[in-house]
Amino acid sequence: YSSSDISDHISVTVRDALNQALDEELERDERVFLLGEEVAQYDGAYKVSRGLWKKYGDKRIIDTPITEMGFAGIAVGAAMAGLRPICEFMTFNFSMQAIDQVINSAAKTYYMSAGLQPVPIVFRGPNGASAGVAAQHSQCFAAWYGHCPGLKVVSPWSAEDAKGLLKSAIRDDNPVVFLENELMYGVPFEMSEEAQSKDFLLPIGKAKIERQGNHVTLVSHSRMVSLCLDAAAVLAKEGIECEVINMRTIRPLDAEAIETSVMKTNHLITVEGGWPQFGVGAEILARIMEGPAFNFLDAPAVRVTGVDIPMPYAKILEDNSIPQIKDIIFSVKKTLNV
Amino acid sequence: SLSENAKCDVHKLEEGPPLQAVLTREEGLQYYRTMQTMRRMELKSDQLYKQKIIRGFCHLYDGQEACAVGIEAGINLTDHLITAYRAHGYTLTRGGTVREIMAELTGRRGGIAKGKGGSMHMYTKHFYGGNGIVGAQVPLGAGVALACKYLGKNELCVCLYGDGAANQGQIFETYNMASLWKLPCIFICENNKYGMGTSVERAAASTDYFKRGDFIPGLRVDGMDVLCVREATKFAAEHCRSGKGPILMELQTYRYHGHSMSDPGISYRTREEIQEVRSKSDPISMLKDRMLSNNMASVEELKEIDVEVRKEIEDAAQFATTDPEPPLDDLCNHIFYNDPPMEVRGTNPWTKLKSVS
Repeated sequence: YSSSDISDHISVTVRDALNQALDEELERDERVFLLGEEVAQYDGAYKVSRGLWKKYGDKRIIDTPITEMGFAGIAVGAAMAGLRPICEFMTFNFSMQAIDQVINSAAKTYYMSAGLQPVPIVFRGPNGASAGVAAQHSQCFAAWYGHCPGLKVVSPWSAEDAKGLLKSAIRDDNPVVFLENELMYGVPFEMSEEAQSKDFLLPIGKAKIERQGNHVTLVSHSRMVSLCLDAAAVLAKEGIECEVINMRTIRPLDAEAIETSVMKTNHLITVEGGWPQFGVGAEILARIMEGPAFNFLDAPAVRVTGVDIPMPYAKILEDNSIPQIKDIIFSVKKTLNV
Repeated sequence: SLSENAKCDVHKLEEGPPLQAVLTREEGLQYYRTMQTMRRMELKSDQLYKQKIIRGFCHLYDGQEACAVGIEAGINLTDHLITAYRAHGYTLTRGGTVREIMAELTGRRGGIAKGKGGSMHMYTKHFYGGNGIVGAQVPLGAGVALACKYLGKNELCVCLYGDGAANQGQIFETYNMASLWKLPCIFICENNKYGMGTSVERAAASTDYFKRGDFIPGLRVDGMDVLCVREATKFAAEHCRSGKGPILMELQTYRYHGHSMSDPGISYRTREEIQEVRSKSDPISMLKDRMLSNNMASVEELKEIDVEVRKEIEDAAQFATTDPEPPLDDLCNHIFYNDPPMEVRGTNPWTKLKSVS
């Protein structure tokens, strides 16, 4: 994917890429600090903040009690008063306890104050389904946060995404919801020399074409990008070339990238882990209906999503609750009528 | 002049604020003018609301003036303050002008938030509103205090909430963290006896709000006496600045108006009760009597201040009713700070609106 010399590439897991981003931004700007449950002395519930407390100490890496509404509010207040907090939710399921602070105190304040009060904060943590953690710990919040003006909502896939987007999120002067994925933390990716640099940033709001193709556009975010690429590899053997778009950002949505692709391939399938109703795919399809790409569709645009149920526990049930590669392949063939 | 203050009830404190305070003539006149300005501003807002020139929510502060004025007298403008929605008085003490406050209430472009915030969302330097969600401002205030400590500027944050909000879980979460981390935070409960239409006895298992911080030291203060409030605030500020962590103050006060302009305020309390407070404990009358009986000012002088205040309010109301509404092309601005201009979807797919920072 990168044009630079492959020998400069190293293998970095998403976890380590996030850790690097945090480390670099903490070092760069003294106003940046991290707070959340177990982020300091435990090295992070998922080890994303490993080593940071040891390096930066109590002032910059703060363990909180299990009181999301309180510490999210404290984080927002600190941002209002000139600091640049990173507020970790152990998973975004727990952010529901604090969602008022994210929406009403963070997202809306710059507007309500007509520009007097910015809120430079990042809310980050794992989002969506994991493995065997059941209904209360598996929800995807991309659509919930993506609904709200005043927020930027980012959903990285690769290690490069994770690093470049987290750094941009921390440097952004606005509230950013940064949706990570637990199952992706341990996945290694090639990281170019450019991406290894301390100044490597990726723009929020721009999607990336991970794979070029002419027959159908697959739009996805986070872990589902992996499944789309795997499905594309299988379909390529049958002569079907999928264009895989990695959204990278949920809000603002890069509709132009999707439209350009659809105008080329004439077919669109969105793939997400979250529930179908009022979801990310639903929004993309609505935009395509309303925009210039509609006339280029040769078939209705469709969504591949999680099943519309709370997440069950048993492995066979869980596996059948989220999109599998075969579901993407099936949907592509249905759409292309092959 | 020397003044005798009522003794404050204390919680987990060896002693309370001093029982005596010195009030200079200048201070007295300034507190009088500010409280009178606040009073008249709120009453004028009542008028404008009844004329439907102010709309939506309007929570008036008349009766509670000694709290806002006394608190500000006990801290510096470089300190920080946050409160809930009954915020017009604080917007004034924190540096807002009557003009821009009233123009915000009437939703005009000259409003302190350009007409985009309204009654509950006014901001000035080191004043974080104006917050509409009951209790949410308390963790925010502790966050501001965290920033004060982090940046090492010896500033503190005054964090206000009402007797209704005092039962909110997030406030107890905040007490815990503020205490653990020794944040320079003065929690202040403005107990005006009613959370909307619910009296304190019907809402709280314990109405000793100054004790509800448990491990946080507290004091209960006569919120109708501006000097008591000032001395208590100074005492609390000293506690915070010396690194001892948070402290809690309960100000016993009273609002003459109902909860908001849509509440006549007499279904859950008697007119007699309201009248009794007005005649015996009005904060402005009490200060006036104190100054007159100590020969710190003459009747004429105070009358002159009243006349000046009345004029200021009239001018502000005139501005607030004649200033134009915000321009429509401001509709989508101020979504993001420091961002390039972007497009915002209008009400239909063909309408693309412009948004700048």
